[in-house]
Amino acid sequence: MTDERDMYQTSHLRIVPRRHWGRWIAAGVVCLLLAALVRAFINGKIEWNYVGQFLFSQSILEGLVNTILMTFAAMAVGITLGVIFAIMRISENPVLSTIATGYVWIFRGAPALLQLLLWFNLALVFPKIGIPGLFEWRTVDVMTPFVAAMLALGIQQGAYTSEVVRGGLLSVDAGQYEAARSIGMGQLLMLRRIILPQAMRVILPPIGNELIGMVKTTSLASVIQYSEILHNAQIIYYANTRVLELLLVASFWYLSAVTVLSIGQMYVERYFARGIQRLKAAG
Amino acid sequence: MSEILVKAIDVTKRFTGFTALDRASLDIRKGEVCCIIGPSGSGKSTFLRCINMLERIDGGAIWIGGELLGYRRDGDRLYEMRDSEIARQRRRTGMVFQRFNLFPHLTALQNVTEGPIHVLGEERKAAADHARELLARVGLADKMNHYPSELSGGQQQRVAIARAMGMRPELILFDEPTSALDPELVSEVLDVMKDLAESGMTMVVVTHEMGFARGVADTVAFMEAGRIEEVGPAKKVLSEPDNARCAAFIRAVHK
Repeated sequence: MTDERDMYQTSHLRIVPRRHWGRWIAAGVVCLLLAALVRAFINGKIEWNYVGQFLFSQSILEGLVNTILMTFAAMAVGITLGVIFAIMRISENPVLSTIATGYVWIFRGAPALLQLLLWFNLALVFPKIGIPGLFEWRTVDVMTPFVAAMLALGIQQGAYTSEVVRGGLLSVDAGQYEAARSIGMGQLLMLRRIILPQAMRVILPPIGNELIGMVKTTSLASVIQYSEILHNAQIIYYANTRVLELLLVASFWYLSAVTVLSIGQMYVERYFARGIQRLKAAG
Repeated sequence: MSEILVKAIDVTKRFTGFTALDRASLDIRKGEVCCIIGPSGSGKSTFLRCINMLERIDGGAIWIGGELLGYRRDGDRLYEMRDSEIARQRRRTGMVFQRFNLFPHLTALQNVTEGPIHVLGEERKAAADHARELLARVGLADKMNHYPSELSGGQQQRVAIARAMGMRPELILFDEPTSALDPELVSEVLDVMKDLAESGMTMVVVTHEMGFARGVADTVAFMEAGRIEEVGPAKKVLSEPDNARCAAFIRAVHK
């Protein structure tokens, strides 16, 4: 009887934590590999003083500004088209929804680089653009590298974004549409005040992702002479042959831009999660 | 007797494969509380949704305050209304849903002011004052700035009632307002509805709460298989119905 009571008495015993040997070994191996990589870069023939010299050079900083400009211009075009085509896609009008489907099919199907070249070379097939009788321009004057890149990247982005927006609209409960109608809302007011704000919670994380992707996709515009970071870095290394140094400079700025945007994304998502976030905190 | 507010004649609604409403006719007078009872799948909710034009009807017609729903009459022709006209007609009717359907991205107060400000074009200040008054009336004076996810089911449904009242409707439709609630939360919602009934609001309530029907309703309609089988004063229908199936249904719920 006494023995049994002793057996179930644990409060005086000391707990020895389990040792995670596997974790220690894995961490050690990875750190060693990392050290080898760092050593390779230190011993490699990289002239670090060139990196420092060109990091803040005027040409590179101008390229950075142009990259940021193009990122937001193309995303603005993409999001605008994305919302319009998503609403067309779910509309009851069969013509509109078919056209929206076709838009996604074509512009998601062709490579971004190809679309860039297509827009930039539009003058070859359409020497003049405009509305006949009203106004007309020479295509070569209108289709600058900036305009061509904005259209090409924006329109292909719109194809992706419209799918994201459509997914967001579908994620809103049918009861929300009914509740909005029951207080006498029309179609547009309902979309703007009730449906889109809720769809935003689902739409924003992928859009943030795509915005970050766009920062890097703009580097493709270097092939049509748009002076963004990579293009300007290339011009410098064609002259001084410090290829890797200047590519490191360009990587630094891409990484910086992406980091800033990632932090911004976090705050925007937090805003649109209002009313939902609280549920998580409580639960 | 007061004038007729809702007149439904031979309302028919077909879904692919079955007839949800089969020539349902009902009159609701101003200030009347009408409970619609019946087994599930009998078309009660569908009938309510037709009155609010959330469903398009395939036959018959509904008038609210003498105005034909969904169509404009010109001579011997009926022209289908545009979305904006339908939205305008809906403003006369409030609706309370089984699953509350509050706007989750808006606070309780904003849920109530949303319609008055953006649909009716009321002043922000006036709409907020009215909304605060309504939320106080449903016992939620201390929850105005809470989001729906922070409220219990009973509290959410009371906000939904305040939201419907915020539009100053002539009629409020309740679609099984207590069916999604935990049992202990049912009475707080029924109390608010009772208070609303006593203030003279015209109400059509689809419900399984026989106690509420007996205590508050003026008339009760019994539906089965898409038809209104019996309608009359609440006491009469609930205690000594003429229809045999109605009597069987009432016996079954009381078991």
